Amino acid sequence: MAILIGLLAAIGTYLILSKQMLRVILGLSLITHAVNLLLLTSGGLKTGHPPLLSEKSTVFTDSIPQALILTAIVINFAVTAFLLVLSYRTYKLYGTDDLEQLRGNDDE
Amino acid sequence: MNNVLILPIILPLITGMLLIIFREKIILQRVFSLLAVFLTGTSAVILLKQIQESGIQTLQLGGWVAPFGIGLVGDFLSVLLILTSSIVALCCLLYSFRSIGEEREKHFFYPLFLFLLTGVNGSFLTGDLFNLYVFFEVLLIASYVLVSLGGKKFQLREGIKYVVINVVSSSFFLVAIAYLYSVTGTLSMAHISVRVAEVGQDGFMTVIALLFLMVFATKAALFLFYWLPGSYSAPPTAIAAVFAALLTKVGIYAIFRMFSLIFYHEPQITHITIGVLAALTMILGGMGAIGYWDIKKILTYNVILGSGFILAGFAAFSTEALTGSIFYLMHDMIIKALIFLIGGAVIALTGTQKLQEMSGLIRTHPKLGWMFFIAALSISGIPPFSGFVGKVFVTKGTFEMNLFWLGIIGLFSSLLILYSMVKIFMNAFWGETILSEEEEKGTDKGLLFPIFLLTLLTILLGVFAEGLVPFIEQAAEGLLNPEAYINAVFNGNPIP
Repeated sequence: MAILIGLLAAIGTYLILSKQMLRVILGLSLITHAVNLLLLTSGGLKTGHPPLLSEKSTVFTDSIPQALILTAIVINFAVTAFLLVLSYRTYKLYGTDDLEQLRGNDDE
Repeated sequence: MNNVLILPIILPLITGMLLIIFREKIILQRVFSLLAVFLTGTSAVILLKQIQESGIQTLQLGGWVAPFGIGLVGDFLSVLLILTSSIVALCCLLYSFRSIGEEREKHFFYPLFLFLLTGVNGSFLTGDLFNLYVFFEVLLIASYVLVSLGGKKFQLREGIKYVVINVVSSSFFLVAIAYLYSVTGTLSMAHISVRVAEVGQDGFMTVIALLFLMVFATKAALFLFYWLPGSYSAPPTAIAAVFAALLTKVGIYAIFRMFSLIFYHEPQITHITIGVLAALTMILGGMGAIGYWDIKKILTYNVILGSGFILAGFAAFSTEALTGSIFYLMHDMIIKALIFLIGGAVIALTGTQKLQEMSGLIRTHPKLGWMFFIAALSISGIPPFSGFVGKVFVTKGTFEMNLFWLGIIGLFSSLLILYSMVKIFMNAFWGETILSEEEEKGTDKGLLFPIFLLTLLTILLGVFAEGLVPFIEQAAEGLLNPEAYINAVFNGNPIP
């Protein structure tokens, strides 16, 4: 799991550093996936137990990280959708998706 | 249990959701958004009274007792900030009626504004770490849309940078929460505080603390402020003023809360780091403020300077310094909104942002000119205006804690602020009048009233500081003694 998280984060970072806008957005969503997996591991990985605490059972799966991930996924979904629309509009107006050409000040 | 606590969150939220339906009816939208903001402010006043009478107020949502459910906690700090932000939001709304334009009003400006306020108030009130993240996202998503609303080329470009940077820093926020959860096994801030105090703040905990610091520093424009000048000068004035007054302050509030409630055991590492970052922020922000000739850029760099100064007071971490910090925080919200609104009015009049191309506005617009003069004096800390009181307390506090370098840099930064403000005043208001009233690109009609309101507020805050300081001192004491917060949250229940 740790290796997977690291791999996702590394690929995400590589993509964020690239020039193309779409790649940056994909990189962001990869990084957020890595973070979601990290959240999953934060409760400790236990398999084979329900996330319910009954009187008999002494071992149970911590359900809070899953609730957190659900929230985080929803938020990231909304942000990614918004970012895609934003980048599409920018691409339409500027005629380029190359971030190198989008830098600079407002003085031009 | 106090149900008033939820009002500052749900009032703007519900009004905003309703207003989405009435998209075409602009008058209705204006009236209702004003009403919602006003009622939010009123509920903050009620809360303030209750806190004064019976201590910190809490609300456990859904009736789940303390560490299990999500709780709202209102202490002096958070409620004072809600009150100030409602007042500022009210003034910015009044300003936006005249300046924002029908296009934006029909495209959900008011609902977005109210959602932004929901996020801000929620972050001030929440007592749950993950809930803090959620409210951060609420206000950030509203601000993403507000930055790019209107779809100008410049706005879109800055919008993309703003969103990307905030998504990355939110990911780091989640990483920090995940680490903290795996160590302490809880998300309630009071409970985390108890657990951290039990096991002690070891090296790993301090690393988590610094990770949190990095996240909040990005949001609060503390040293990691490279994104701020661009994205704050992109949106129209009323929106930029709200951003400058509220958004960075939420980050500052989060730093206050985290590092006084949870990570207060190793101040020689965490708080000194904050102090160094604050000093660097003040120096770099000051350079930016005196270096630019673009009025919006100067003002945005002043926002950065303000953040640095507030956190310099926090780094000293004594009653005196914290009182100054909190006072300056409230002052800063008001004054940043004020100078942004005035700057916006100047840009509306002259049609340019460049200082070289404007001159002599004081002859045609004496009121605007003198109010800017008052704002300039207040922001650089000259009595009797509100900036003075905060600066005195912060400087005294840093000197008392033997952080002379920090206090001196703070004082030096006031000089830089004064220089940058006087530069605007000399260039825009003094000198030959090159623009007769017929030639003006826009009017300041209707814009002056909110500006006047905020100017009055900064004068009153300065003159009657004595009446307010006891409240703020209590807020500062509350930060220094987290037991009161923890006891109020657990309310006598056993702490598991």
